[in-house]
Amino acid sequence: MANIELRDVNKQFGDVKVIKDVNLAVEDNEFVVFVGPSGCGKSTLLRLIAGLEDLTTGEIHIDGERIDHLAPASRGLAMVFQSYALYPHFTVAQNMGYALRVAREDKASIDKKVYEAAEILQLTEYLDRKPKALSGGQRQRVAIGRAIVRNPKVFLFDEPLSNLDAKLRVAMRIELTKLHRALNATMIYVTHDQIEAMTMADKIVVLRDGIVEQIGAPLDLYNTPDNRFVAGFIGSPAMNFFKGKVSGVHEGGAEITLSDGTLINFPGKNGTLSVGDNVEFGVRPEHFSIEPGADGSLRGEVYAVERLGGETYIYLSSDSQKEIVVHATGDHRVAVGDRVEIGFTIAQSYLFGPDGQSVR
Amino acid sequence: MEKKRNAGLETWLMHIFLVGTALAVLYPIFMMVMSGFKTNAEIFGAPFALPKSFNFDNYIVIWNTTDVPRYLLNSTIVTLISVFVLLITGTMAAYAISRYRFRGSIMVSLFFLAGLMLPLRLAIIPLFVQLKAMGLVDNLLGLIFIYTAMSLPSTVFILTGFLRALPGELEDSARMDGASELRIMVQIMVPLITPAMVIAGIYNAVPIWNDFFFPLIFIQTPENKTLAQGLTSFFGEYSVNFGVLYAGLTLAALPLVVVFIVQSKRFIAGMTAGAIK
Repeated sequence: MANIELRDVNKQFGDVKVIKDVNLAVEDNEFVVFVGPSGCGKSTLLRLIAGLEDLTTGEIHIDGERIDHLAPASRGLAMVFQSYALYPHFTVAQNMGYALRVAREDKASIDKKVYEAAEILQLTEYLDRKPKALSGGQRQRVAIGRAIVRNPKVFLFDEPLSNLDAKLRVAMRIELTKLHRALNATMIYVTHDQIEAMTMADKIVVLRDGIVEQIGAPLDLYNTPDNRFVAGFIGSPAMNFFKGKVSGVHEGGAEITLSDGTLINFPGKNGTLSVGDNVEFGVRPEHFSIEPGADGSLRGEVYAVERLGGETYIYLSSDSQKEIVVHATGDHRVAVGDRVEIGFTIAQSYLFGPDGQSVR
Repeated sequence: MEKKRNAGLETWLMHIFLVGTALAVLYPIFMMVMSGFKTNAEIFGAPFALPKSFNFDNYIVIWNTTDVPRYLLNSTIVTLISVFVLLITGTMAAYAISRYRFRGSIMVSLFFLAGLMLPLRLAIIPLFVQLKAMGLVDNLLGLIFIYTAMSLPSTVFILTGFLRALPGELEDSARMDGASELRIMVQIMVPLITPAMVIAGIYNAVPIWNDFFFPLIFIQTPENKTLAQGLTSFFGEYSVNFGVLYAGLTLAALPLVVVFIVQSKRFIAGMTAGAIK
């Protein structure tokens, strides 16, 4: 299989810069997920690697060989599209074997490869059907089969699960992870769904407005986000942010006053902060406790409760904060209208400076 | 319950309307076919009665003593070749306009649209001069050129709409599979718009087959005449024999009716494409 390297990749459509100086290394056999909100350039980046779009500037290398001038088919990649992009007038077998037919492989070898791929994906009994006679999940598998048949160096996936229903999506997620292990392949996967990113990736690339915000293992992004954007994007429900001001900076620490007057002391964290800076204090919903915390507490009135049995989502609001989400394990007897105190610890909270970067 | 009864009534009214319309359209055709089996005396004696016997005397007369077989052949040649060339060039033009971004693509599509707005008959004199210079007057090839050019705008217009609606990911996917641009067009995209091609084909074949004007201007010798033009000679020579004229008209209408019936499923599929997913 293969490793990929992107060097100073830029892409411009007219005057609009959609990809800005992206540098990225994908290791052999790695499962890399590009994640970000819609319009962040993640699909464009994938299409640049695939060769479906031309680079404005920069270089793309696979196994040390520069490939950005090659035609899509010559790059040794295979791509699975969001809409599956199956050829409607071909049977499943014809769909899967099309690339090999174009490459003029002999029929026996095409049949063999198609059958092998169909076996991996449990599609053997559907080989003679047209795509319209298949369910969404089966169509998705055909699209993946079409990629497998080509035995590519790298698999590219462009939001392949977004057209499936929730249950099937979870099942396909696990199947894809299994497939990644079975094929020992390098895979690049684009999604806007951070749960897909967290569950499948070896490495996540978070993009915003064509810029790489952070690259790292899923839990590294969760535990040590570089900035407010990554902190807010990774994790579900999203992190709660509270506006505040630096009210004091001292040796190896800072004191923050939130807009409701709560005073928080951050030992060991002051970065380049100075008194009067606008900062944001972040706590993940699952890191709040419904009791006064060791390092501090916030107050709010409950306006909605979602009880799922094993877990409870509590939505609070206060004068200074429109929404605070708390995710508690187990069933909590909180009622709408209750005023509750929620606690946090400094070890599990975050501070973002005026530039949005994490204060460390 | 009340609502259901209303819905039933609506369906009935709709059916009555549809049956009425169908009758209004079919009755003249029925009259034409029936009159083709009658003698002149029968036609004038009892115009609306069924023929006394269904014999093919009139058709035998047409086949053996007139040039109608020749006209039929000429019309078939002109229509088939025109539509064939039309669909190939029209599909290629529509494909370029709808699937590629290139400098001047809007100008090209406007050029075709302009063809829809200008009646070719207005240009008959320059056209005649041009064809004469090319040596194509009184030549079926001249008609084929005119018909192909005349029908291109509507064909490009119809096919562009269908081709635009095809998802770009299909093309991308074929590109990833290593297919060349020509191969993508021929093997992947064009097979998906066959209903539209049937529409464009029939839509243009009917006026070409029925056309009277251009053969009248450009064709002089009897052996090059087309059917619509040739049948007018009956008005002179056989003005007494309406039975033979009707038989000739039936013969003229038959091929297109057959084509339409054979292709009607695709035609309707094309007409309703996009209505439901």
